[in-house]
Amino acid sequence: MGILKTFVLGGVHPAENKLSANAAIEAVPVPKQVIIPLGQNLGAPSKPIVKKGDQVKTGQLIAEANGFISANIHSPVSGTVLKIDQFIDVTGYKRPCVFIHVEGDEWDESIDRTDKLETHISLSSEEIVARVKASGIVGLGGATFPTSVKLMPPPGKKAEYLIINGVECEPYLTSDHRMMLEKGREIIVGIQILMKALLVEKAIIGIENNKTDAINHLTELAKTDERIRVIALKVRYPQGGEKQLIKAALNREVPSGKLPIEVGCVVQNISTAFAVYEAVQKNKPLFERVVTVTGKAVKKPSNFLVRIGTSTQDLIDAAAGLPESTGKVICGGPMMGKAITELDTPIVKGTSGILLMEKTESQRLVENPCIRCSRCTLVCPMGLEPYLLTKAAKLGKLQIAEKEMIMDCIECGSCQYTCPAGIPLLDYLRLGKIKVGRAIRTRIKK
Amino acid sequence: MDNIILIAVSALGGLGLIAAVILYYIASKFKVFEDPKIDEVESALPSANCGGCGFPGCRAFAEATVVSARERKSLDGLNCPVGGNEVMQVVGKILGLEVEAKEPMIAVIRCNGSTTHSPAKVKYEGATSCAFAHALYGGEGGCQFGCLGLADCVDACEFEAIHMNPETGLPEVNDKCTACNACVLACPRGIIELRKRGPKDKRIFVSCVNMEKGAPAKKNCEVTCIGCSLCQKACAFDAITITSFLAYIDFNKCTLCRKCVEVCPTNAIHEVNFKPRKPKTETLTPEKSVSGKPLADKPLVSDSSKTEPENKKEELIETKE
Repeated sequence: MGILKTFVLGGVHPAENKLSANAAIEAVPVPKQVIIPLGQNLGAPSKPIVKKGDQVKTGQLIAEANGFISANIHSPVSGTVLKIDQFIDVTGYKRPCVFIHVEGDEWDESIDRTDKLETHISLSSEEIVARVKASGIVGLGGATFPTSVKLMPPPGKKAEYLIINGVECEPYLTSDHRMMLEKGREIIVGIQILMKALLVEKAIIGIENNKTDAINHLTELAKTDERIRVIALKVRYPQGGEKQLIKAALNREVPSGKLPIEVGCVVQNISTAFAVYEAVQKNKPLFERVVTVTGKAVKKPSNFLVRIGTSTQDLIDAAAGLPESTGKVICGGPMMGKAITELDTPIVKGTSGILLMEKTESQRLVENPCIRCSRCTLVCPMGLEPYLLTKAAKLGKLQIAEKEMIMDCIECGSCQYTCPAGIPLLDYLRLGKIKVGRAIRTRIKK
Repeated sequence: MDNIILIAVSALGGLGLIAAVILYYIASKFKVFEDPKIDEVESALPSANCGGCGFPGCRAFAEATVVSARERKSLDGLNCPVGGNEVMQVVGKILGLEVEAKEPMIAVIRCNGSTTHSPAKVKYEGATSCAFAHALYGGEGGCQFGCLGLADCVDACEFEAIHMNPETGLPEVNDKCTACNACVLACPRGIIELRKRGPKDKRIFVSCVNMEKGAPAKKNCEVTCIGCSLCQKACAFDAITITSFLAYIDFNKCTLCRKCVEVCPTNAIHEVNFKPRKPKTETLTPEKSVSGKPLADKPLVSDSSKTEPENKKEELIETKE
């Protein structure tokens, strides 16, 4: 295969632990009640259009986008709306949620529920974007940025490449891997739809070399369309980051503070491509996704097809229960995921995995003074100096932090992972980003 | 030989002379007049440079007072919270103005969700910073309004007036507080409020900022305000307002009658520095107030019998009944 491509600056290689890589996607039964947070996407939370007592069908619109960067939400089940009330979500705070009591599973008539592969794309570019927007599709890699916004490049900018992110560089997670293996045909059609929407002629699927079966499978399928190319990438975290993936695939560098469109690229996740296929060809809005439930002590590490709003507890039960030795329940992967405080936390569009971490491995190191080994600087994929930014954030020297580009930090956690002194570098970087972001916003307001 | 010395001396002397003339000219040409009163006022200020007055440091505050005295002939709106009335009187004397006495204030922690009242359900590991933890999750006890206990207020205080109590996990304010507002700004949850110190340091306040409905709030903390409005009904002075299930006592209207404290079912209302209660029947009669003064429409708090708060250091501020 020759020399594998990867990004240049920094990066780490944590133990992969892809325990559930061989577990086929399995649909979990529809729960008795779902709780659907209204703030599932990046940007403004959606506005509910149902009220208490309303009957809803699976796939029916229950909350609409509230602003440009926002997304529609569709009912993942059929039943009665119990109430719209506060409930704890992944943010750790109580947010408005729609509670639906499940009665049967009656789908909206317009949804095509057959498994037949629809390869003919009848919609025009604008119609595709409109359909993607109506279907409430957001980036399923975890950032949950509304996909339709990405498909509408700002005036004067033209996309040249569509890059499909099949990297899945987070340890443990395998949902994208399974999608590529089981839904490869649909993904290829989804990519063709995205290319049509963006009016691009070149697409690249980037996959890390620890998923050779997926690389081979998709390479085989992509032979039918010479515009789509699959490339194998060297295993290195955080290759799944947009900027790192563009650097690895095309050797182009996104300028600081700019979006990938600046270098003619649009990056979409593998699962997003599948969701686009379903929305455009099957008229099925985004109301279910594949979630990996894994962990070293989990009896049955699995990949589940889950309706949005199912509680985390239900998924853990489906994976043969919560092990005694669990120290932390993490929503997402071990590097960028977030520990949840309540097991009732509902699954949202951005949940790619539930990781049950052992007590022993989830404990943090005792914080010791910095020994100036500069490892954090070496591994930073954005070329920042985490030790300096941390210090600036701690002391409230926001001007220094801003000058040293703290806002370029992608919060990948490589610095904290590698720090031998156990300093919570990422925590302070996030704190600095919060403070500097606030300062910048007040400055703009003035 | 003499010649060389002479040349050297006259050359250097001449250079010095020319430089002196230039310097003298520049000094007189670009002279900046600065009111000597600014220096005087600055020396009277506490030099804490805390920014509590709203100006960047004591020098800037001194300049502002001098400008205000010259242009407006008053010092309204200018106050040094650290120096308090005493310093402001001195400043007034320097500038030849009368300064009205300000009510002394103190920072009050409006959360009582200690480790016993709101037991931890999860364990927090990470940066010791309230601002960070606030962005991350609701809190160990589950209350998303309450104190996170990571001491951002303690770090912000320049006067060693706030300390964490390791037993309760909550900050406590002592008498060194100068009401400079630094902790109020540092707290990401807006728990700390500046309230009137009150006569003889007596204060009554709602020690809770939870805006949830009663039932979910009570689930996380047993001393939360549930918004039952019993205190509002008990208050004869319209001092208590309830917004989104949370009572707030207006310290300008409060007469410290302590009726609200008695009716509160969750002990969310705190009384501070009061004498132990007399038997219930006596305290309930409206004619007698605790401080021995008759209750009237005029708020008792305006009567500031205490000018030197520093003398009462041994008294704890956050004592519960």
